[in-house]
Amino acid sequence: MPDLLGELNIGESVLLKTFLVGIVLGLAAAAGVLYAVPVVDQVREASIVTVAPNGGNTEVFHVNIPMDRIMSGAPGRVTVPPGLKWPADEALAGIRTELFKIRNARDAVVGVAVRAAAENGGENVIDWVLHLPARGSMFVNMDVTPREGGFRIGEIRAGSQEFATMSGVMTEHWIVNEAADEDAPAGRIELQATYVGQLEPLDPVESSE
Amino acid sequence: MKYVISLVLGLLVGAGLFAAGLLFNPFAAAGGLSPLSVSKSEVIALNFANVPAESIAYTNDGESVQQPHPEKVLQLWEAPIRTTSAMTTVMRDARNRVAGIGVKFMSDSETTRLLQRDMIVDSVWYIYLPEHGSLFVEQTENYFPFVREVVFPAWRSSANGWRGNWRGDLSTGPGALGTAKVIGGSGRIEGLRMEGVEAMTVQAFSLDKGLVSAEGSLLIELPASRVADDEVMDLP
Repeated sequence: MPDLLGELNIGESVLLKTFLVGIVLGLAAAAGVLYAVPVVDQVREASIVTVAPNGGNTEVFHVNIPMDRIMSGAPGRVTVPPGLKWPADEALAGIRTELFKIRNARDAVVGVAVRAAAENGGENVIDWVLHLPARGSMFVNMDVTPREGGFRIGEIRAGSQEFATMSGVMTEHWIVNEAADEDAPAGRIELQATYVGQLEPLDPVESSE
Repeated sequence: MKYVISLVLGLLVGAGLFAAGLLFNPFAAAGGLSPLSVSKSEVIALNFANVPAESIAYTNDGESVQQPHPEKVLQLWEAPIRTTSAMTTVMRDARNRVAGIGVKFMSDSETTRLLQRDMIVDSVWYIYLPEHGSLFVEQTENYFPFVREVVFPAWRSSANGWRGNWRGDLSTGPGALGTAKVIGGSGRIEGLRMEGVEAMTVQAFSLDKGLVSAEGSLLIELPASRVADDEVMDLP
């Protein structure tokens, strides 16, 4: 095998070695950058959580109507946005689906949500799914009949990420806006979530200390 | 000066070799068989259009390759939801009959690690099926195989597009076997805890328009105890 490196003069040999060192450094730098620099960095609004009087934590969200309504579809109703074609299939009769942006108590958009209402034979369903990027999602199954005062209450059935170990309840309440401003919303849907963490058994070693 | 140029060239070649190794690593494990594809339990199979223009509504920040649909739908431009997209679509059963409505929210995940070939999206589905009830599906999805096998070849193509037949399971968790967590909210599946797998089939992709021809599917396994008692009784 010919000794190609030996045929180079000192200058060329150093040049080649510099190039090879560069390749190794390039490999290491690429790996280091991918390891150290986050590819995704979600923007977080600080959550505004208060302690509920009877235990648990409370967080209030709201939806300004109509400006936060992304989509609304139901058979035989006006759809939002204009041009949305709601499927006319008989299997979907009685299903109404709405997508919203949801805001925190500071009126900042923090997530998106779906509210679905369905009438299926004798069973009526009202469900919410709230999706807060970087925090997680929660699935709430509401009681169909409103309580005294016009609000509905529902159980948090499941959650992901931050809400995975939480249970609790959420209320929905339609509040009419009585401000006379021209740009003011017609009203808002207020969602109050009360979270209760799951009880976890104490570590016997820790509890004996 | 020539040594500096040599070093910089070496750095660029090294970074390129690293990127090539990431994309063409022959030792990387290929996506295995979905754990639910060999299940003996009763399953709910749902199919849906994965192309925004074929959905009822699709929205994102308005600056991505996939364009919102319909045109006047509200866009998710606010900073906390800028990396989120939402889709409402018709869910069809295995016989292509309308089975219900599905809403999917997807957000880029901070657990994305390109070094580990993970391009993770946190997603949730809300599905209402008149025959079964309502479902909540929570999952993490890995789009790295899709990017490597569809998007990258489209980028290399002079036509900025890709045509073929690609199929892959997207679900990678939170279940131990890479399955999604499914919870029944109402109807005959109320209170059931199930597992699911979402898959995608792509026939055409364009760098300018995104997915041109693609379908999605969700396979949801009902708890084994509901259907397998008679099978257990058959054991010798």
